[in-house]
Amino acid sequence: MKNLTAFAIGLLFGIGLLVSGMNQPPKVLGFLDLFGRWDPSLIFVMGAGLAVSAAGFAIARMRGKALVGGPLYLPEKTKIDPRLLVGALTFGVGWGLSGVCPGPAIINVGFATLPATIFFVAILAGMAVYEIFNRTTARL
Amino acid sequence: MQIDWVNFTPLSALLGGALIGLAAALLINVNGRVMGASGILGGLFSANADWPWRLSFLAGLIAPAIAMNAIGAPKPVLLAGTSTLIVAGILVGFGTRLGSGCTSGHGICGIARISPRSIVATLVFMLAGIATVYVVRHALAGAAS
Repeated sequence: MKNLTAFAIGLLFGIGLLVSGMNQPPKVLGFLDLFGRWDPSLIFVMGAGLAVSAAGFAIARMRGKALVGGPLYLPEKTKIDPRLLVGALTFGVGWGLSGVCPGPAIINVGFATLPATIFFVAILAGMAVYEIFNRTTARL
Repeated sequence: MQIDWVNFTPLSALLGGALIGLAAALLINVNGRVMGASGILGGLFSANADWPWRLSFLAGLIAPAIAMNAIGAPKPVLLAGTSTLIVAGILVGFGTRLGSGCTSGHGICGIARISPRSIVATLVFMLAGIATVYVVRHALAGAAS
C-alpha cells in the first residue's frame, strides 16, 4: 500500500514541478539572476507550495501518525551546525551553476538527453562522496 | 532591479506550486515521510533504507516527464556546458546530503513546519545561488568583455 501511495504522490510532485517550470534552467536561473532581468515566478511556486504544505503538516501533527500506519518520520536535528551551513552553501553554488535542483534533476532524466543524464549521474557521485565522507568522519 | 515581464509566468507558477505543496502534504499525512527529493534519493545509499517506497516515489516523479517526452513535448535545455554540469552536479549531490535537504525538503516542507534549520538552510542556498549567478552572468562576463 505505502509503495502505491508513494508512487501516486511522486506522480503529483512530478506534474507540479513540470507545470511550475522548475525543471527549466532558464526559468530557475532567471529567478536567481536578481541583478539582471529578474523573473520572479519561482516566488509564486514557493508561496503556493508553502501555503498548501503548511496546512498539510499542521494536520499531520494533529493526527500524529501516518495513514498507511506507522509514525511520522520528522527530522530530529534542531541545531544549526556547520554541516547544515556548508551543505546549503555547497548546494546553492551547484544550483546557481546549473539551474537544476534534485527533484527536477531526476525528472529531466525522463527527457532522455545526454546533459540531463550527465547531471543526474554527477549528483549520484556527489552523494556517494558524501557517504564516504560521512562514514570516515563518524569514525574520527 | 529589472523585472523580466516576458518570461514571468505567475499562474503556472501558482498552480505548479500548489501541486508540489499538495504532494508534500499528502506524503507526510499518508506515508509519514517528508517530501525531500535529495533525501529520498540519498536514502538509497543506506543499507538499511527502505528501498521499495523510495523507488516507487522516484518512479512516480519521473513518469510524467517520460510521458511528456513520448508525446514530443519540448525537452528542457540545460544551459551549462558538460564540465560545469559535472561540477555542479557533484556540489548539488554532496551539498544536499551534508545540509540534510534541498529546495523541496528544506524550502517547501521544512519552512512549512517552521523549522529554524530549514529557514536558515533555504536562505543560505538561495543567497549562494543568487551570488553564483551574479558571478557567472555579470562579474565574469563583465571581466571577459
